[in-house]
Amino acid sequence: MAAKTARNEGGPLRPLSSLANNLPALLLRLGLLSLLDAWGIWLIYRLIFDGAGTLAAALAIVLLFINIVFLRGAAMPLRWIAPGLAFMLLLHIYPVLFTAYTAFTNYGDGHLIEKPLAIRQLEAQQYLPENAQVFTWTGFRSADGQYALWLQGKDGVAYFAKPGEPFLSPGQVLGLGPLDENNIPTTIAGYERLGKKELFKALADLQGQKFGPEIGAVQVKSLKEAAQLQQRYVYDAASDAMIDQSTGKVYASVDGTFTAADGDILRPGFPTSVGFLNFKRIFTSPQLRGPFISIFVWTFTYAFFSVLLTFALGLFLALVLNTEDLPWRRPMRVLLIVPYALPAFISVLIWRGMFNPILGIIGTTWNPGWFTDALWAKIGILIVNLWLGFPYMFLITTGALQAIPHDIYEAAIVDGANGFNQFWRITLPLLLISVGPLLVGSFAFNFNNFTIIDLYNRGGPPMSGTPTPAGHTDILISYTYRLAFAGGRGADYGLASAIAILIFIVVAAITLFNFRYTGMLEEVSENV
Amino acid sequence: MSSSTRISSLRRQKRISIAWRMAVSFVAIAFALLPVIYIFSASINPASSIASRNLIPSGANFDHYVQILKNTDGNTPFLLWMRNSLFVSVTTSVLVVSITSFAAYAFSRFRFRGRQPLLKTILLAQVFPNILAIVALFLILRQLGQYYPLVGIDSLGGLILIYLGGAMGFNTWLMKGFFDSIPRDLDESAHMDGASSMQTFLYIILPLVRPILVVIFILTFIGTYGDYLLARVMLKDINHFTLAVGLSLFVSGRFSQNWGPFAAGALMAAIPTLILFYFVQDQLQSGLTVGAVKG
Repeated sequence: MAAKTARNEGGPLRPLSSLANNLPALLLRLGLLSLLDAWGIWLIYRLIFDGAGTLAAALAIVLLFINIVFLRGAAMPLRWIAPGLAFMLLLHIYPVLFTAYTAFTNYGDGHLIEKPLAIRQLEAQQYLPENAQVFTWTGFRSADGQYALWLQGKDGVAYFAKPGEPFLSPGQVLGLGPLDENNIPTTIAGYERLGKKELFKALADLQGQKFGPEIGAVQVKSLKEAAQLQQRYVYDAASDAMIDQSTGKVYASVDGTFTAADGDILRPGFPTSVGFLNFKRIFTSPQLRGPFISIFVWTFTYAFFSVLLTFALGLFLALVLNTEDLPWRRPMRVLLIVPYALPAFISVLIWRGMFNPILGIIGTTWNPGWFTDALWAKIGILIVNLWLGFPYMFLITTGALQAIPHDIYEAAIVDGANGFNQFWRITLPLLLISVGPLLVGSFAFNFNNFTIIDLYNRGGPPMSGTPTPAGHTDILISYTYRLAFAGGRGADYGLASAIAILIFIVVAAITLFNFRYTGMLEEVSENV
Repeated sequence: MSSSTRISSLRRQKRISIAWRMAVSFVAIAFALLPVIYIFSASINPASSIASRNLIPSGANFDHYVQILKNTDGNTPFLLWMRNSLFVSVTTSVLVVSITSFAAYAFSRFRFRGRQPLLKTILLAQVFPNILAIVALFLILRQLGQYYPLVGIDSLGGLILIYLGGAMGFNTWLMKGFFDSIPRDLDESAHMDGASSMQTFLYIILPLVRPILVVIFILTFIGTYGDYLLARVMLKDINHFTLAVGLSLFVSGRFSQNWGPFAAGALMAAIPTLILFYFVQDQLQSGLTVGAVKG
């Protein structure tokens, strides 16, 4: 096989395997693959049954991909990449596509479960019709307190009914004792027949239970009578409507809810496509547009100033420490990087403590409203992020400064440039070439910096007069989070996804610009 | 004469320059260390809710440490959170390093159809950070949890699964670059001696690329350990929390009452990343330039 090695590439074109013709290895591979397939197909089946068709499709694609890769010899190199790709497809690319899909639906409270599930739940509801089949009943109780009924119909046919189990005819009942004059068994193995006294005590319990199978169960109506329940709603696929069997009312499927002509609705609803409604709401609904624009502007302001301030301080300190004969240079650098080494969630909470008006070292001496005033809360966040971010900028600018050749400065001094000119005309432009992409990356990172916003003040102080939970320091990602998960006013996954799509567009533009700038994609084409 | 005054004036200038540079550095260091000193002081301050003006407060003791370690209020299983955090971070990091090192080796050594498009796709997927798909991720875990609670909502397994979704991307890229710098003659001579690709990878190449494996491991660990958003959304039960979720909810609930024990917990929670940072600080400078932004 080594003869096939492409010399000009300096390595094998395809993976070499000493096990290629090894029968046990082949069998093991096929065995594992069929196990994976069996499991995957079962899961896909379950997902389709529960109405999660898109997830099932994604899983099917990944499964197919894995099968092709591990069965076809030509796809051998992909076997090395398959695990990573499978995770990426299922938990990165599919969720992104699904978010795009959700943005065009009304997924959220009231529309949480898929349509087949919603129909199944509605069809499981039962009611007691006026003309129901009526039985006389006798109560039995097992040793562990389970009730059961001996039912006798008008036609004299008798059944034994336990909760959640099919009816048993007398012949199927194990350990049936002799019948009394009313054709009621005096004993049943494992059960005790309830006397009059016990019956009164147990009546409330008995009326709360359903006996027999889920559909068509029997419920106790009075001391003597029990009646058979009927399925309340029947789904009519042809007209895509639910029909109430007790009243004959028709509930048509309207925007993800079965709705009657008089406006009555059935819960649960299910998600359904609503077109561009969510986007329209963001830009036209007066209660949504105001907060959205304010949050949108603040997201950009916050990300921009975060980068500007951290870069300015980091670069300034790098310049200050960029002198060889400064004593203790190395230990001082290590101390300056300390904020970078702490997990951000801890640092933000510490700062929140320092600003706290009751116990904070800053808040007790000077409190212009670090958490209650919209402007000062924003300033507080910028201060915290300055502290979190300047060490990173310090690190990268220190590295970049050392890469600028010394003779440029010497030439500049000869030409009469002063320190000011040297910085603006030489240092900064050269620096920006090498750290520019990192600044753009930092901007994109801060654009979605949920940790600092949520931990500092949960996006507060809250804005007043909006139907959605929005705060003055909320950025788009934290607003999305609040819409989807923060409860209280109900989850609106559709609207949250629509906003996520808008963030996607912004972040994608920034990152693509950065790729173009650094030539990262071209690097791939150069076939390194 | 004139040259000696020039030298002494230069010397004076230099001394002044060093003096103000030192002064600025000290101020900056004070700014960098103030919160750390403050939280340490709070952690040993017996009066939890009162800010101390001294570095060592009067009557300093370690009661807050004992309190949070022993979970005295019954609602702060700090050690459990620490265990969860370490479990999630170590498992994720180990899996990310294994998954990406296999992929990077294939991209670096094999030539196959679709190699370039695939590399580009992996890179372009990074354009859409998966935290923005958080609603979809939540719904996926909820669905999966109906069949497998171990990877559903409120499970550490589900959280790890989500972290693995973002494993490829820059990590593969970074690693492939490092693999490319290892001469292929090594692979070739191994093949001559009859080694399979797998054996070459495991026994020849992996030991040589250990530095990049360590860097990816540590960067993944630090990122996972500090993740707040995904963990906050996916975890519900107090016993399943990671430190980021547990500590933040613990202190947010009753800020002034819980400040002391929180301070003690925060300092202890910072230990793992501080240790890793110490080991990786030199390699970090190079790794940082490939998008490991934080803060």
